[in-house]
Amino acid sequence: MPTLFEQLSEDIRFVEGLKSCMNCGICTAICPAAEFYNYDPRILIDTVQSRDEEKLQALLRSETIWYCGQCMSCKTRCPRGNVPGLIIMALRYLSQKLGCFTDSEKGRQQFAIKRTVGDNILKYGYCIYPDNIIPEMHPEQGPVWEWIHQHLPEIYDRFEGNYKKEGPGVFRKLSEETLDELQKIFDQTGGQHLYDCIETFSKQKAQEMNIQFGEGIENDYFKHTYSYNSGKHHRDA
Amino acid sequence: MHKVEKKIIWKEYQKEIPDDHYFFVRSCIRQNFFPGSETFFLNLLRKHLGKDIFEDPRHTTCTGIGYHTDVVPFETIMTVVARHFALMTEAGYEHMVISCVTSFGIYAEILETWKHFPKIEEKVRKDLKIATGREFNIPQTITHCSDIIYKFRNEISSIKEFSLINQFNDKPLNVVEHIGCHYSKMFPAYGVGGAEFPQVLSGMIKAWGGHVLDYPERRHCCGFGFRQYIVQANRGYSVANTKKKFESMEPFKPDLILCNCPGCTMFMDKWQYTIAEMEGKTYGKEKIGIPVLTYEELTGLLLGYNPWDLGLQMHQVQVELLLDKMGIQYDEFTKYKSKDGEDIGQPNIPDLLSIPAYSNCKI
Repeated sequence: MPTLFEQLSEDIRFVEGLKSCMNCGICTAICPAAEFYNYDPRILIDTVQSRDEEKLQALLRSETIWYCGQCMSCKTRCPRGNVPGLIIMALRYLSQKLGCFTDSEKGRQQFAIKRTVGDNILKYGYCIYPDNIIPEMHPEQGPVWEWIHQHLPEIYDRFEGNYKKEGPGVFRKLSEETLDELQKIFDQTGGQHLYDCIETFSKQKAQEMNIQFGEGIENDYFKHTYSYNSGKHHRDA
Repeated sequence: MHKVEKKIIWKEYQKEIPDDHYFFVRSCIRQNFFPGSETFFLNLLRKHLGKDIFEDPRHTTCTGIGYHTDVVPFETIMTVVARHFALMTEAGYEHMVISCVTSFGIYAEILETWKHFPKIEEKVRKDLKIATGREFNIPQTITHCSDIIYKFRNEISSIKEFSLINQFNDKPLNVVEHIGCHYSKMFPAYGVGGAEFPQVLSGMIKAWGGHVLDYPERRHCCGFGFRQYIVQANRGYSVANTKKKFESMEPFKPDLILCNCPGCTMFMDKWQYTIAEMEGKTYGKEKIGIPVLTYEELTGLLLGYNPWDLGLQMHQVQVELLLDKMGIQYDEFTKYKSKDGEDIGQPNIPDLLSIPAYSNCKI
């Protein structure tokens, strides 16, 4: 069984992201997540480069690895070519493959992302699909989006859109052949396997937490992972 | 310093932007929130600039939001993008034009990965062949839509009907430009001006008569944060980071925020509404918010397009004051009508960030 560090090293983003950190802290200074959350990319990189398996195991189960927003500002600024954002991506990938992500509140949210963005991709061929930007789930979108959402065909038509129709244009309907190619790419490259990991481990966690689990987004576990915030993620929390 | 030496120093900040024959791929976020921008972009190139740009309806999402929310593996997104390269190759094109900064960053990441790790490219080619039977050539160039408008900014200037000049005092309008982190922070060589001197929007603003505002948090992230917005429980991260930018730019009195990235455009617009609702805080001199435009929406306005045909009614922050300042006429009656002029209702008016009661600004 390869060590966690060895498994991380199989991810090219980890190899590219971890050179040799000298602990200068520029990444933390520039990081939007470090300003908002109890998060410090400098400490994270220091932990990773220690190669301490116990600490790596703890990281994979932690809230810490889910705070980064992947703006990648750290890539521009690190004088040694480290990229904490890329290391985070490798840690999150491994955490999901091993099932560690369900041990943290922020990690469990991967289920909500899979059931929204993830399912949109294979069902419609778009990451974000207007029918599914439901105003009740997006109060921040305001009354203009509420109006748009009520009149999607007319509004997209005004801008020469092609909403749910064949041919090119805004929100064209992607053919069955195209969606089939997308699914086959997911099957071939591990995308479907990752979806299955998220589903399987999330179902187990829902049972453990005694929260109702079901299809789509109309179930308690989805609502919990989408909206629950313990409020314990900030420096002063 | 001699001119030749200067040219050498600045060479790394230059970008080759192809002149014609583009293969176009769309943005998920822009199709949702700013569909008029993509439509105008195609019309601008075809009708005004006489260029050839092709869209294959079989292209899909690049899966970029899935990738950056960590539900899509790197191997998968590389192969989805390789499929787009295959569609481009089959159509006989060599220049990819990308409508989304997130996608653009991903395309750059993939090409750079393949350059340094050819075995990964080899594996992607095999995977794509097995999954779809397709093969591909690597594009000669990848270009963001804004790069194209930047390239033709002077041609646009020569045919525009309006300028970024305040009609009430003849002074240049104050414009905040927001590039979007993934445009050039990750792979500076792919962006005009790189990460340190990004010119793509400021070049347009200057060419069209505006004044580019500098402010302390100019290069701070808009706050999208991918999972930090997609998951409702995390949205405090997103709005807090955008608020940091608004607070920083407010003293410099911006008339307009010009955005490069689909997500940034949406957040800079919608979070102004949210902050007003949460805290009663509004930005902009008239307390109705600072209008946020895509570079296509601005270009279309300058060329004399009807603001409502560009999609400006889809923004939460109302644009009428800006139109007044630019001297652009508009018809409030048709703002919320369908293409055929049918009544399809209109949005509720929020208590704050409402439409000004007058349309003849004196600022």
